[in-house]
Amino acid sequence: MVDATPRSHRDVPPAEVPEVELYHPRSWWTTYVFSQDAKVIAIQYAGTAIAIGLVALVLSWLMRLQLGFPGTFDFITPEAYYQFITMHGMIMVIYLLTAIFLGGFGNYLIPLMVGARDMVFPYVNMLSYWVYLLAVVVLAASFFAPGGPTGAGWTLYPPQAILSGTPGGNDWGIILMLVSLILFIIGFTMGGLNYVITVIQGRTRGMTLMRMPLTVWGIFTATVMALFAFPALFVACVMMLFDRLLGTSFFMPALVEMGELLRYGGGSPILFQHLFWFFGHPEVYIVALPAFGIVSDLISTHARKNIFGYRMMVWAIVIIGALSFVVWAHHMYVSGMHPWFGFFFATTTLIIAVPTAIKVYNWVLTLWRGDIHLTLPMLFALAFIVTFVNGGLTGLFLGNVVVDVPLSDTMFVVAHFHMVMGVAPILVIFGAIYHWYPKITGRMLDERMGQFHFWVTFIGAYAIFFPMHYVGLVGVPRRYPEIGAEAFMTAPVGGLNAFISVAAFVVGFAQMVFLFNLLWSLRHGREAGSNPWRATTLEWQTPTTPPPHGNWGEERPLVYRWAYDYSVPGAPQDFIAQNDPWPDRPARRP
Amino acid sequence: MGETTLNGFGAKPARPSGLRGLAADWASDQRAFKSASWGKAMMWIFLLSDTFVFSCFLLAYMTVRMSTTLAWPDPSSVFALHIGGADIPLILIAIMTFVLISSSGTMAIAVNFAYRRSRGLTVLFLLLTAVLGATFVGMQAFEWTKLISEGVRPWGNPWGAPQFGAAFFMITGFHGTHVTFGVIFLLIVAAKVWRGEYDRGTKGFFTSRPGDYEHVEIMGLYWHFVDLVWVFIFAFFYLW
Repeated sequence: MVDATPRSHRDVPPAEVPEVELYHPRSWWTTYVFSQDAKVIAIQYAGTAIAIGLVALVLSWLMRLQLGFPGTFDFITPEAYYQFITMHGMIMVIYLLTAIFLGGFGNYLIPLMVGARDMVFPYVNMLSYWVYLLAVVVLAASFFAPGGPTGAGWTLYPPQAILSGTPGGNDWGIILMLVSLILFIIGFTMGGLNYVITVIQGRTRGMTLMRMPLTVWGIFTATVMALFAFPALFVACVMMLFDRLLGTSFFMPALVEMGELLRYGGGSPILFQHLFWFFGHPEVYIVALPAFGIVSDLISTHARKNIFGYRMMVWAIVIIGALSFVVWAHHMYVSGMHPWFGFFFATTTLIIAVPTAIKVYNWVLTLWRGDIHLTLPMLFALAFIVTFVNGGLTGLFLGNVVVDVPLSDTMFVVAHFHMVMGVAPILVIFGAIYHWYPKITGRMLDERMGQFHFWVTFIGAYAIFFPMHYVGLVGVPRRYPEIGAEAFMTAPVGGLNAFISVAAFVVGFAQMVFLFNLLWSLRHGREAGSNPWRATTLEWQTPTTPPPHGNWGEERPLVYRWAYDYSVPGAPQDFIAQNDPWPDRPARRP
Repeated sequence: MGETTLNGFGAKPARPSGLRGLAADWASDQRAFKSASWGKAMMWIFLLSDTFVFSCFLLAYMTVRMSTTLAWPDPSSVFALHIGGADIPLILIAIMTFVLISSSGTMAIAVNFAYRRSRGLTVLFLLLTAVLGATFVGMQAFEWTKLISEGVRPWGNPWGAPQFGAAFFMITGFHGTHVTFGVIFLLIVAAKVWRGEYDRGTKGFFTSRPGDYEHVEIMGLYWHFVDLVWVFIFAFFYLW
């Protein structure tokens, strides 16, 4: 138990930093559009991310139409199919998941949870969103550019990414993709610096690092990782842009295309893979760590029990973050690397399972003999644990070189990463939205629509991705618009593919119910009050709900305890808020 | 170094030194870096991130230098200047390096005068730093012009591997852009010091945060970083 003994309020150290005057918006525009308030920026980030995410959802439907019923839809040419998978992957990983976890939840929760009035540099934070929006616009523009968006696959591997055989390869598609990524990284850096410094330097009195909710730890560590991982992608994008526009040969070996020797020569395509995955693997954890953090808080709050092994949870987050920088080449076992590298990277990959397993055990042990309330956030959190264990176990398969080589580039890999970094984090996003929507809007999301949304999404996701593992095991390769004759396979997969597609449409439909719920409950939802979940963390203790600009009214809160004082024996309620000095004086009424 | 506004506030309990102090700082509330303001801490983290950018650029350059099938041009002769009847290898680069390192010296002096609140001398050394920085960029422009006139292009050159020109223009261009932005911000900071905005705490135009002499030091962090990066570029690209 950490810091469970409350300290007298006289023990809270004096303020080290004077209050900084916040920017005072003077008009509707500076209040709601060009706002410097982290909470408004958070909603802008999340709204933009969900909007572009809907595009990716539609793209996945189109892909499933083709895979489930090949040859039925004439407008889905192989080129169009490649464009769908590329844009679906890129949008989901970068523009939806990264943006909503760090830009959305990061902006909303970090200042509130550490007791700050705002991010440390609100103006830079605002710029971050507008550059992100520009990146999204440039990305969306590629749908309307001549030749359409790039179809190089979300990994954009050269040399094919910039050759004429790939959709968008010698058109606008790849250029807009690379420019958009560069813009995204610039925008993210501006926001990310803010999140990191707010956590390190902007906490309120009494808020030590080891009293922070795990949500903040997850987002903070992920942001630090992103600041060190995105530079590799930035450099890769700049160099590929030069290869495409200036005719340099960083990534391009000598090539013959259509019987013609191209002007390229001497570059290293493997270099791109190294740079891409030096970004790409930490990116998995940039998405996963905020999910880990949020799910810890959801479980603890809704099981009315302190998180098991808080310190271990923090260190596991930090260790996973560090280890994820030395495992990147497990994405490259079939690239022709020296086998010794494969040995090294397989070892580090399997080591990362240790801190991850610690986290899973601690979540389960938090649930053990807890007072489990099966609220919507809790349902999503439980679904996350199951899904993450599932995806994590197939990760152990793929982390071993000998198992990976035959499974590489099959649908098994697609099923694995959708489980572990697609479905699992998105379940947490849903849970987090159901959890914090009352704080953001003052109203609860509708329970019945939420139950429908949860069960269809949860069961549907398994209906989609469980059969996909099998499809991959029998040998269906990924990224093929059509597999043609199935004679070489041990079992027919056509029927399974049709089943998966139908499940995907149903799950997609359930998301429309969710979006409707978000809008409907704004006006018709039940009044939530300031702390509907009876949670301990600071964001639930704001003087008004939704929190005003500046968050705290006159005085920033003083923190006396960690974030997990649930069901403390002898306490007047089953939770003690972080800013509650009990037993120094009687706990406040809820 | 002098106190900054954010540090001059409130009571400061005595803190243990050494490793114990480090542990105590990270175990404490409010701030992990007890002597760094928000701006300074943010610049440090940004520079760490930028370090990764330049490291990736340099590692990529080394990789293509190994992967390319043609011979790598000899930097000593490519970057030689014909002065007084003799080819002097790397002479321009040596002068450029000297100029840039000197500018770090003048920057450090400017920071010192800024904390002593001597506006005139601060402005003088900031401008001197900016002039040295601009000189560096100017000599780089001269170097680019000379190489381009000799036929070096991003996609090829007369002496061998095309990656030579590609890496050269990309890395020195990216670094030169950093120096150019540094010069622009040096001029802005110098103007603010000259107008006394850091004495009065005038609010920034965009950020609406009060000005402070610490901004000179934060500017200096960036400038020294750009210098340090150049040392690595010099060692890995020109000397190797």
